[in-house]
Amino acid sequence: MTAAVELTGVGKVFNPGRAGQVVALTGVDLTVESGQFVSLIGPSGCGKSTLLRLVADLVPPTEGTVTVAGKPARRARLDQEYGIAFQQAGLFDWRTVRRNVELPLELRGASRTERRERAGEMLDLVGLAEFAGHYPAQLSGGMQQRVAIARALAVHPPLLLMDEPFGALDEMTRERLQDELLRICARTGTSTIFVTHSIPEAVYLSDRVVVMSPRPGRITDVIEIDLGDRTEATRQSAGFFAGITKVRKALRGTPAPASTEVAAS
Amino acid sequence: MRRARALATGIGAVLVAVLLWEAYKAVGGDDGTSLFGVRLLPRADDAAMPHVYDVLRRFGEPELPGGDPIGLVVLKACLFTLRGVAVGFGVGALVGLLLAVLMQRFRVVERGLLPYVILSQTVPLIALAPAIAGWGGRLSLGSYPWQPWMSVATIAAYLAFFPVAVGMLRGLQSPPRVAEELMRTYAAGWWHTLVKLRLPASTPYLFPALRLAGAAAVVGAVVGEISTGTRGGIGRLVIEYSREATADPAKVYTAMVGAALLGLAVAAVVGIAEFALNRRRAA
Amino acid sequence: MSGSREATGVSHDGGPAPSGGVWQAGSATADPVVAADPTAPVTLGRRRRARGLSGLLRALLPPLAVGVGGLALWELVVKAGRVAPFILPAPSAIGEQFWLSREIIWQTGKASGANALVGLVAGALLGILAAMAASRFRLLGEASIPVAAALNALPIIALAPILNNMFESTSSIPRRMVVAIVVFFPVFVNTLRGLRQVDPTHRELMDSYAAGGWTFTRLVRLPGALPFVFTGLRQASSLAVIAAVVAEYFGGLQDGLGSRITSAAANTAYPRAWAFVVGACVLGLLFYAAALGLERLATPWRRSG
Repeated sequence: MTAAVELTGVGKVFNPGRAGQVVALTGVDLTVESGQFVSLIGPSGCGKSTLLRLVADLVPPTEGTVTVAGKPARRARLDQEYGIAFQQAGLFDWRTVRRNVELPLELRGASRTERRERAGEMLDLVGLAEFAGHYPAQLSGGMQQRVAIARALAVHPPLLLMDEPFGALDEMTRERLQDELLRICARTGTSTIFVTHSIPEAVYLSDRVVVMSPRPGRITDVIEIDLGDRTEATRQSAGFFAGITKVRKALRGTPAPASTEVAAS
Repeated sequence: MRRARALATGIGAVLVAVLLWEAYKAVGGDDGTSLFGVRLLPRADDAAMPHVYDVLRRFGEPELPGGDPIGLVVLKACLFTLRGVAVGFGVGALVGLLLAVLMQRFRVVERGLLPYVILSQTVPLIALAPAIAGWGGRLSLGSYPWQPWMSVATIAAYLAFFPVAVGMLRGLQSPPRVAEELMRTYAAGWWHTLVKLRLPASTPYLFPALRLAGAAAVVGAVVGEISTGTRGGIGRLVIEYSREATADPAKVYTAMVGAALLGLAVAAVVGIAEFALNRRRAA
Repeated sequence: MSGSREATGVSHDGGPAPSGGVWQAGSATADPVVAADPTAPVTLGRRRRARGLSGLLRALLPPLAVGVGGLALWELVVKAGRVAPFILPAPSAIGEQFWLSREIIWQTGKASGANALVGLVAGALLGILAAMAASRFRLLGEASIPVAAALNALPIIALAPILNNMFESTSSIPRRMVVAIVVFFPVFVNTLRGLRQVDPTHRELMDSYAAGGWTFTRLVRLPGALPFVFTGLRQASSLAVIAAVVAEYFGGLQDGLGSRITSAAANTAYPRAWAFVVGACVLGLLFYAAALGLERLATPWRRSG
């Protein structure tokens, strides 16, 4: 079985050779096994969003190879091998919730009945079936983000890419959506790469937490998490806190320049 | 740098327009192009569309045999109209500002007046100009008789007040709630909140509104002159010259160019004011 | 060099900075130029629409009071002789004239309305097409903004006599052309602004779908620009009527409301002049309401929220 995502020797330089040259990533090797949930965590400027965009083929790598579902990243994008969700829900204001979820199917040329059916199924999955006819502006932020997740999953992609999707939500909504996301991923068998700022979120969600450090952006540590099935008790369990401590230590171990904390605001 | 580019594109656009004009003259039929008996494209003969250089040359020639060169006449007319524009613009902007402050201060005033303020623009009250023209000679401000140009200024002011009133109202209401709450924690009164918070916050709204008001005042003054029959202004000149168009086609275009320059001059004044304010802020 | 990160064009997390950067999700009113839109419907203000009958009453009462009170005061002041009739005829006199001239107001109103409508449609179509071209070709877009700003400062209405020369004075085309030119600018400027404003998240999303070119335009740019187009149309709708009426002051064919206003005023029949002005007001309101209704129909997602 091929890995969901494989990066070897990947580096990314923005504005190469010009005044604003920035080494965003260097020497990244990472493999995400099929069905695995992997979080990317690190301070601002460590290149975790860039890494996600390399996998999504939204930016091309300067060096190294990116393979998604056994294909080059570009091919994978054209084949819609992944679904993506961003920090902003990015819904189309002018489409109803259902038509937003249908968007990727439409672009794939799916028939009207198939679109309807699939969108209904996805909205069921995120618990918004009754809001199918609403416009995004009528929904709360958390609900909009759930629609965005439904949209990302609509084509049944084997891979889900998420860039701080819960970053703008309040803590309660966030925890609820985390549970929902895990349930959805378990049910659909989707592999996930999840970018986050939050240590507990990374630990709670992941099979593996990839710790990154800035200047130049690189992977400094990969921490395996094994909490078994997540339940109400997991967030209070010793294993959970042990994981948090481990990740925090890994993050501390990286010498972070003083200015990054300021810039993080 | 950006200004230089804008200027260059402006000059370029004028050149393109001149080229198009002459190109149409070269290919267009002298009697225009008609479709189903309706003339869709204009006549291209010298009487309807004189050559650009004819118009430019006309500026240097006397208006009437032995009179002032037409350039001077147009310039004088523009200056005459500018008085109406300036007074109208000033009065209109002031009234608009006061209305905005009043509407911001008293919600009930906003509720009662704003619909009418907006209504006043969706309806062509500028059409009133001929009625206002009747004021001339029969009204007086104290012992000072009502001058025809004051009718013009009234119309200009009427058109100019509105964008300022609406734009400023939005601007005065633009500060976020936290900023208002901050002022409250300082126990700042209405006046201080207005001066320290609302007015500064409204400048991004003020200048677009003033630009609109400036253009509206020019239109108001030109239309006002025509319908009030006020002599001496550029609007009047456009009408007078257009009557001589068959004999002297270039003449009316000189007046048009004058009206255009007047509009640009007013826009430039607002632009300079904005530039000066922004630079002071940036420093 | 504390600002090095900003200077590199790289966003907070090392990724490429979203173009534009200042997009406010879902709110077009953040742009002061748009927010200063003088013809925005009143309800778009900070006021929340109150619900229920009492809410409706509360919303309608102040404007009604001002309207009725204003009319009454006007009538009273004129009748009491404080204002000479040539300055301001009494509302009752205007109403009477309006009733007496209703036939001719209807006729001339139809002529002016047709001029305004034809010019509005032509000018708006041109404006939208030009904006699409300007957003497609970078150079054209950059050049068009200062030019549009400059042209907007000109008293375009004064073109009427020239157009009358270029066509014939018995044609309706000159007036319609004046309307079209006047209408062009608000539609063009607003549409261009709408077409240029693309949410960076939407751009990335469509990239991830490998959707570009016309698909992108059709799915993202055009629907996103629609509210802006309608803002332009709303402004244009009242301008169209104003231009159609006022263009007649400059000569040409005299079958509309404008010529009636001038001839009544020239005969010092001021109440009748005002009656025709009222007719023009009704026409203007009609156009505005039609534009507003069309906007509500075409952008249903903005109605609620």
